[in-house]
Amino acid sequence: MSASAAEPAIVARRGRPLSWALALPLAWVALVVFLAITADWIGLPDPAAQELILRRKPPSAEFLLGTDNLGRDMLSRIIYGGRTSLIVGICAPFFGFLIGGAIGMSAGYFRGKVDLLAVGFIDILLAFPTLVLALTFVAYLGQSLFNVTLALGILSIPAAARVSRANTLAWANRDFVLAARTIGASNWRILTREILPNVLPAMFAFWLVAVSVIIVAEGALSFLGLGIPAPQPSWGGMIADGREALDVAPHTALIPAAVMFLTVLSLNFLGDMVRNLVDPRRSAL
Amino acid sequence: MSGAVSGGPLLSVRDARVGFGTVRGLLRAVDGVSFDLQAGRTLGIVGESGSGKSVLVRSLIGLVGTGSGAIVGGEVRLDGQDLRGLSAASFRHLLGRDIGIVFQDPMTSLNPVMKIGRQIGEGLRLNRGLDSAAAARRAVELLVEVGIPEPERRASQYPHELSGGMRQRVAIAIAIACEPKLLIADEPTTALDVTVQRQILDLLQREQRERGMAMILITHDLGVAAGRADDIMVMYAGRAVEMATTREIFRGPRMPYTEALLRSLPRLTDPTHTRLSAIPGRPPDLARRGTGCSFAPRCTYRSGRCEAEEPVLSREGGRGFACFNPLGTSGGAGA
Amino acid sequence: MSDLLRMTDLNVEYPVGGGRHVHAVSDVTLAVRKGETLGLVGESGSGKSSLARALLQLPPPKAGSVLFDGNELTQMRGEALRAVRPRLQMIFQDPIASLNPRRRVAEIVAEPLVVSGVRDPAERTRRVRAVMEAVGLDPDVVWTRRPHEFSGGQCQRIAIARALVLEPKLIVCDEPVSALDVSIRAQILNLLEDMKARFGLTLLFIAHDLAVVKSVSDRVAVMYLGRLCEVADSASLFATPAHPYTAALMAAIPVPDPDIPLGDTKLRPGDPPSPLDPPSGCRFRTRCPHAEARCAAEVPPLREIAAGREVACHFPLIG
Repeated sequence: MSASAAEPAIVARRGRPLSWALALPLAWVALVVFLAITADWIGLPDPAAQELILRRKPPSAEFLLGTDNLGRDMLSRIIYGGRTSLIVGICAPFFGFLIGGAIGMSAGYFRGKVDLLAVGFIDILLAFPTLVLALTFVAYLGQSLFNVTLALGILSIPAAARVSRANTLAWANRDFVLAARTIGASNWRILTREILPNVLPAMFAFWLVAVSVIIVAEGALSFLGLGIPAPQPSWGGMIADGREALDVAPHTALIPAAVMFLTVLSLNFLGDMVRNLVDPRRSAL
Repeated sequence: MSGAVSGGPLLSVRDARVGFGTVRGLLRAVDGVSFDLQAGRTLGIVGESGSGKSVLVRSLIGLVGTGSGAIVGGEVRLDGQDLRGLSAASFRHLLGRDIGIVFQDPMTSLNPVMKIGRQIGEGLRLNRGLDSAAAARRAVELLVEVGIPEPERRASQYPHELSGGMRQRVAIAIAIACEPKLLIADEPTTALDVTVQRQILDLLQREQRERGMAMILITHDLGVAAGRADDIMVMYAGRAVEMATTREIFRGPRMPYTEALLRSLPRLTDPTHTRLSAIPGRPPDLARRGTGCSFAPRCTYRSGRCEAEEPVLSREGGRGFACFNPLGTSGGAGA
Repeated sequence: MSDLLRMTDLNVEYPVGGGRHVHAVSDVTLAVRKGETLGLVGESGSGKSSLARALLQLPPPKAGSVLFDGNELTQMRGEALRAVRPRLQMIFQDPIASLNPRRRVAEIVAEPLVVSGVRDPAERTRRVRAVMEAVGLDPDVVWTRRPHEFSGGQCQRIAIARALVLEPKLIVCDEPVSALDVSIRAQILNLLEDMKARFGLTLLFIAHDLAVVKSVSDRVAVMYLGRLCEVADSASLFATPAHPYTAALMAAIPVPDPDIPLGDTKLRPGDPPSPLDPPSGCRFRTRCPHAEARCAAEVPPLREIAAGREVACHFPLIG
């Protein structure tokens, strides 16, 4: 094959359209986030309004996604539930990454005793059975949106600490960090100005995955009856409620399960995508 | 494979091309290179990073495949056999048996979890049909030949237990195990210290002479090429810009790039603080090559024609150069 | 000429696991005179880079003294050390790795000014532009770009600009051209010479390439496995090496001239020993053609054999 003959094929590859593997997950996550934010203004029925006569209705023109065991509108509950799941899903790992990221970066940068201490702390946290710890925590402090978020946030500390520690270790040995020391930059300045910007992309990719993990974890907590207290809807709580009527009205459990599945899958896709964007670039530099 | 075509070159390359598709367009890493290599001679290919010297040689022996997104063109004949038409399986057979290769970093070219003796013997078992015991005996002999002390003990060690110089000796033993006709050494000493480099180059040269192999020595170090090669091909921006015997290249370069390169080298014979004649600018972006000579923007002898028209490698009295304003045979650099 | 930097009995050790330590630098005493370029030559494992980092106190040496410009660096900590750092800068081997890929070129070059407390942004901009022009970078072109958009040679110019912006007295150049292509090498070497003259710098120039070292160095120190072999002015060292190792190094260099026959290194066969387990006495004795029983028993001290010539050998080739 001659070089010139193959040229057009290569030029064509340059203008490749946005891949479906990226576009679909992005669109789904955007839709979920948009609805969760605008839920109050798009004319949804009250997600807590019960109408026992209209319980367990299948999807119809009146109730697009049907009604649940207590005759509440499923669509409204899915959207408001999405709001709850997203708040927990976004805030809990954010909290965990703030603390875990700081621990991991300090460990990877200072090494020595700091590292030993941090790794020990992470190992202790990891040694606890995750869900049992969250259950105990919520049972003890009481069920509330804040406490559930806090409990799940603490659970995400070890993973965040490990990711940031590994990344910091890799970057802290680079010559530009040594160069910053030769000009007399303080440790704080080196950590925030030189290392953090390089660690952040990898952390962001991992955070997207963590959001999906937390959404599932919140679902598990609700399923066990220790999630967000009723009547506030959450996807996990809806699946738990729907479980009672799986034989007569399967949609009450399957619809929230499907929505959760799609959201988690999309977030994982996006997380992988971001990680792929970040990694080769780092090795190329 | 059939016997050597009498009188013909061992390796014949015509119009070799390698292109890579990138987001910025087609990157012509190797752009129409032709050369012949006679049996028993050493060809030094010199050039800077990005000149295409490594890609060229790797593409000849099927190591730059279409699988990696590369577009490979041109004609390659080893001993009269067309290599471009070979299947991947036949290539594997060819490498190791007819062609031996020594890479820059022996740590990555050796298998870290296989004992050294076994790695050397593997080619012998596959290509020469030796049984394990015979292959193991031959492996120890080869270790002696490449100058490794306590060969029996070393044969049962793993690569990480050896120093860099020793590992490169092992890599050479693997490359010559099946008595190849052609030995390719791709920057074989770049990762090594000067004193070790010297020993490895001596070893390569001795093996090449004793076995009558042809050798391609790829290097960025003009000093290495000067001491070891019979002929030199200078590459710049994917093209062969000058080709001649080593003496001619160093005594009277015709292509201004060769001259500029030789002049820019610091030399031990110059007193301290002698100002170096640097080449201004830097090599072109291979994905955005303009018309004309690639070296023209950095060349002190350029004329209007150099920017409009691309010089082809013309041959004059057995040597080739790609330049419209070649330097005279007298007054070469470094003389 | 007075000494700008004086290292005395410097020792650097690294733990390598299993409770073992590698003695990267052993008892090195070496001075860099004001205004000179001192070349430091050695192969891998010679400890030349460890020495550079130890004198910058990154990390501080295990033992010994580093006297720089009237300050005993090994006794200084925290703020005091930070105040001295601007006068003592470094240029690295890998120019791309020495620049933060996430920051813009202007930020990178301005960073030393920010750290050392130049508060006025206009003043910072003025000084950054001036130093960029000095090293041959067009400020308007490079200002907002990131390091990966530049070639190795350009990145090394950026790194040199960063080292110069604080107007240091001494720059430690750790293999500044060995990662660069031949045609770019001369540009950077010339630039370093120009900058030295223009800013009145003193350079400690570390490299393994003898020809490069000779072209820039007034004096040269040769290291082998953590110890100094020889210190002399450039001309006499290259004309008549006194240490057998220096002689072997010179004979081993590939000379870019096919008519000069390959020199004889006279080395005994075998590889360099591991820095983890250096030979007793003279560390070069396992490869030295002149080694005798005394070389295994006694460490040869660095002694003066002629004016300005020091050698650590029981049987020097001259004197």
